[in-house]
Amino acid sequence: MSGPDATGDGPAGPTGPGGPSGLSRPSGPRAPGTPRVLPAGPHALLVELADGEHAEAFRAELLRRRERGELPAVRDIVPAARTVLLDGIAEGEPDARDRLARELASWRVEPLRREDREPVEVPVIYDGPDLGEVAALWGVGADEVAALHSRTAFRVAFCGFAPGFGYLTGLPERLHVPRRTTPRTRVPAGAVALAGPYTGVYPRPSPGGWQIVGRMPDPGALWDPGREPAALLVPGTPVRFVPVDAGKAAALPAPRAGDFQADSRADA
Amino acid sequence: MIPVAGRHLLYVVRPGALTTVQDAGRPGHAHLGVGRAGALDAPAARLANRLVGNPPDAAVLETTLTGCAVRPDRPVVAVVGGAGCRVTVDGRPVAWGAPVRVPAGAVLDAGPAGTGLRSYLAFAGGLVPDPVLGSRSADLLSGLGPAPLSEGDELPLGEPASGGPPPHAGPVPWPGAPAELVLPVHPGPRHDWFTEAAFRTLLTAAYRVSPHSNRIGLRMEGPPLERSRTEELPSEGMVLGAIQVPPDGRPVVFLNDHPTTGGYPVVGVVPERALSAAAQAVPGTRLRFVRA
Repeated sequence: MSGPDATGDGPAGPTGPGGPSGLSRPSGPRAPGTPRVLPAGPHALLVELADGEHAEAFRAELLRRRERGELPAVRDIVPAARTVLLDGIAEGEPDARDRLARELASWRVEPLRREDREPVEVPVIYDGPDLGEVAALWGVGADEVAALHSRTAFRVAFCGFAPGFGYLTGLPERLHVPRRTTPRTRVPAGAVALAGPYTGVYPRPSPGGWQIVGRMPDPGALWDPGREPAALLVPGTPVRFVPVDAGKAAALPAPRAGDFQADSRADA
Repeated sequence: MIPVAGRHLLYVVRPGALTTVQDAGRPGHAHLGVGRAGALDAPAARLANRLVGNPPDAAVLETTLTGCAVRPDRPVVAVVGGAGCRVTVDGRPVAWGAPVRVPAGAVLDAGPAGTGLRSYLAFAGGLVPDPVLGSRSADLLSGLGPAPLSEGDELPLGEPASGGPPPHAGPVPWPGAPAELVLPVHPGPRHDWFTEAAFRTLLTAAYRVSPHSNRIGLRMEGPPLERSRTEELPSEGMVLGAIQVPPDGRPVVFLNDHPTTGGYPVVGVVPERALSAAAQAVPGTRLRFVRA
């Protein structure tokens, strides 16, 4: 699977083999809030929006309508970079998917409202191995990365890659950074890393290609299957990173050199 | 492990190449990055459960090619179904695909698959390791659920439903392994990222099941599909049965342990009901796609 960099934006391509009826085909420019509804098998629809902001707004609208009982049974609502997948649509009813497709295409979606709930605070020791690289890309000193990053109001746009791995948006475009040219075979749990428009915190050790700027001292909080919800960073959650002193978190082991190895298979 | 009163165990004598605990999986958590997992040949797992008197979604063992052997510490009724194989209890041949009595301490051995790929071992009472998000299934991509079996592992066995023998009588229609796998395809969501020639290739080419297939995806050998759009696709949600096309152009059909989001375009989707045959297709099996 490739990485999460949002670079594929653009107008819809030419019409291929026709999709089922009721599903939109690309036809000229659309208003940015207008969803493009694509088939994803007999019981699923992939709804494509102009960008991540509109995808988040569309997902919020779906949840509001589900709350009000205005949506047919949908097992999974899966937001991603600029799409929302509706999977497991009323599987007993043969027409349910196409009916919903027609309906979705006509929705007027309200712009995303700013969250007024308190953000989840994620403590970070900003001592990641890519801090210097990120500072250079940002054109600031290494000691300024923590301030810039922790001043940003983030929100979880979507989850993926691993249980509890959230893709957090909020960094302005000038602070977007590319993925590492060589991904690492092992990134330790708790690593706070950047790629494209996103920041993420690795819930457990895994391969990874993002630029690591710091670490969360207690990554166990990110994923707890005994808790509801199991993920700390669920889609829609406002998040703030809070710098903490390496000294104050001294009880916690620093990442070992062996934790950072090069590889080419990483996804995030 | 110290035996607990009323608690019974299944000891793993021979784990085989890859044996996992599976039930109906954990659908409904994809927005948290949690995949569905669950038995790949779901009808086989359900049938095996029915034959031992379990609810259809009780946890069973799913083997891969080489079978496995286990030893219960209490007498238990078991069924080995799915992929056809030689079944023995303490070395004596017993029925495949039908309930057998395994005495306490005896070894139930499901041999290498003679036809198909994945056998299912169901036990009256089911396997009851701690569930994660409502399921006991191992998810090999995310690591959720019980780890694949190792020699010497102990798995807790549930109590059989009271009410006597399993409700099985007479022959049972276990489907055979496919000599040729024919997978229906619903086009989209990203068929327009491929050339029209590529889509024709998908529907006409002779593919073969690759030995690199696993619980995440059915991989194949055959002609690559050429893309008409070469830019990177931003990550988007992936469904079970999605035919994702990575940069080498060879389609991968996503099976139960597939990632919840992915960044390669999905040319079409194979409906779920067709995937149980895919789960039993051994490497080298001829494979073609037809329009659903």
